[in-house]
Amino acid sequence: MAAMMAADARAADWTRGRRDRRRRFALATAALGALAFLLCCAMLLMGNTLYPVGTVWNALRGVGEKGVLFAARTIRLPRMLAGLFAGFAFGMAGSVFQTLLRNPLANPNIIGITSGSSAGAVYCILTLHAGAGAAYASSIAGGMATTLAMFILSNYRKRFSASRMILVGIGIQAMCNALVSYMLIAARERDVPAATRWLSGSLNGVRLPELYPLFAASVVVIPVALLFSGQLRMLELGEDAALTLGVRAGRTRAVLMACAVVLAATATAATGPIAFVSFLSGPIAKRLAGNGNSHPLPAGLFGAALTLASDLAGQFAFEQRFPVGVVTGILGAPYLIFLLVRMSGKGEL
Amino acid sequence: MGAARVDAHDLRCERVVSGYDGKAVVREVSVSLPGHGISAIIGPNACGKSTLLKTMARLIKPMSGAVTLDGRGVGTIKPKRLARMVGLLPQSPVVPDGIAVGDLVGRGRYPRQRVFRGWTKEDEAAVAEAMGIMSVAELADRSVSGLSGGQRQRVWIAMALAQQTDILLLDEPTTFLDVAYQIEILDVLSELNRERGITLAMVLHDINLAARYADYIFAMKDGRLAAEGKPREVVTAEAIKRVFGMDCVILEDPVARSPLMIPVGRRVGRQDDSGPASIMDASRGSLSAIR
Repeated sequence: MAAMMAADARAADWTRGRRDRRRRFALATAALGALAFLLCCAMLLMGNTLYPVGTVWNALRGVGEKGVLFAARTIRLPRMLAGLFAGFAFGMAGSVFQTLLRNPLANPNIIGITSGSSAGAVYCILTLHAGAGAAYASSIAGGMATTLAMFILSNYRKRFSASRMILVGIGIQAMCNALVSYMLIAARERDVPAATRWLSGSLNGVRLPELYPLFAASVVVIPVALLFSGQLRMLELGEDAALTLGVRAGRTRAVLMACAVVLAATATAATGPIAFVSFLSGPIAKRLAGNGNSHPLPAGLFGAALTLASDLAGQFAFEQRFPVGVVTGILGAPYLIFLLVRMSGKGEL
Repeated sequence: MGAARVDAHDLRCERVVSGYDGKAVVREVSVSLPGHGISAIIGPNACGKSTLLKTMARLIKPMSGAVTLDGRGVGTIKPKRLARMVGLLPQSPVVPDGIAVGDLVGRGRYPRQRVFRGWTKEDEAAVAEAMGIMSVAELADRSVSGLSGGQRQRVWIAMALAQQTDILLLDEPTTFLDVAYQIEILDVLSELNRERGITLAMVLHDINLAARYADYIFAMKDGRLAAEGKPREVVTAEAIKRVFGMDCVILEDPVARSPLMIPVGRRVGRQDDSGPASIMDASRGSLSAIR
């Protein structure tokens, strides 16, 4: 009898522990959402002139002076939306890749998807002398083609291997970067500035129509990725355990990879590769949301918050203005080194 | 634990050929798991025993032949539905970083959950019960990565139990565990089998443990089934010689009354031993006593 009561008490304890963990996840996710929202507001209010909330709100609805309207609707709103959506897309894509391949190094930045996008755009601009629209299309195509090549190579002999995919990706990235360097050297000098915009992520001068592909991709892909987050969680247990528990592992991986690639490629097309956002978001969001929970939603929200905060810092924190990619690069590089040192210490490399 | 007995299912392989990268490891094996029984698959390294188990658990698609559950090809059954009937303890599952024991065991409920229904009282009860059976309830809120190997293995088995399948396949459930843990885990499993009728099939390295705990043994060699039957029929000096290529003598396990295999090896008897008889002589005596 006493033993049974003790067992009941333990069961109750366990339910409480579980509830606490779920609450922590919900709270962390909500907090990250709120933070991203506040940063969005800051992006709209801050600029060369600091406008009051009412003025900006009216301007967004189309009421106010011409100067305010221009600043709010043409400069700040697209900039804010670009940071929000691209940051979210990078964060979510990175986290999905890292979880699927079970390696924090596996993310669009490091395995060459964003390099593929850059190379595609740069080729279009410098060699084909095509317009912006073609560059976007070519950037998205470049990202997808890179991933496809990587996927085929890592499925060598019909057996998928995550570490092979990472190594192949690093190789492809080096190839893409070499290609970009060659094109920059061979190009006419006056074309180069248009191309460099694709090499380092920046929210400068983003116009609303340039964001439409990213909006469309986000609306379609993000819900699908969230719907598959349950299966993604099961895949974390390893391929065998997931299959045994009734997960269609191959299909799940294909769908989620496709989602992540579309997000990463369209985001790169919109803002250029914003360094390290996809790399940092997953692990940090996971730490915040409670361990053992690599859900893509907090990772996306963290990515958005990181991008927006870095852009604000790049605009206002220093004497000189820096594009967002430079700020995230400064933040991300030490983390990469830290991670490499720790992983090699644990023998995970 | 007055739980109802589970259904018996007929899981069998018919002339199954399977392996990796187009190379057959299991060659034309036909086996049928005795319902409500415990079967053990034994054999030397690389004989295909794990591959056979994985093929039965549909982790590997057979190159030819068929794996059927109650007469239906396992490939034609919906994965989630199949996962409610056949469970597997994989050999090296991955522990997600920092996951709590209770949450890991809870993932065994996946095949019983609907997309938008969320976590139910039944899930709750099943997880609590599974943790109780494997005595890991006290660890529920601890992080799995901080546990010892033996505790971890019990957590994984608890996850497989939370799945509440009628058939449970176990790929070397006792490797890397010290002997006390091995016995404890096999005891718990055989209780589960006796009380609920869960059909168990496990790959075991230790022939004596297989002989003690299994009702039925499949011995494999070079990808083929070399012998099958009750422990007394399979664990014989002749069969062990054929399957493992090793001389041995068979005694009777004084505790379980099952056959006990003693390898002969080259180092027979101790030089400094002034005892009355060599080990060989002693075992021959017992051997004739059994016969």
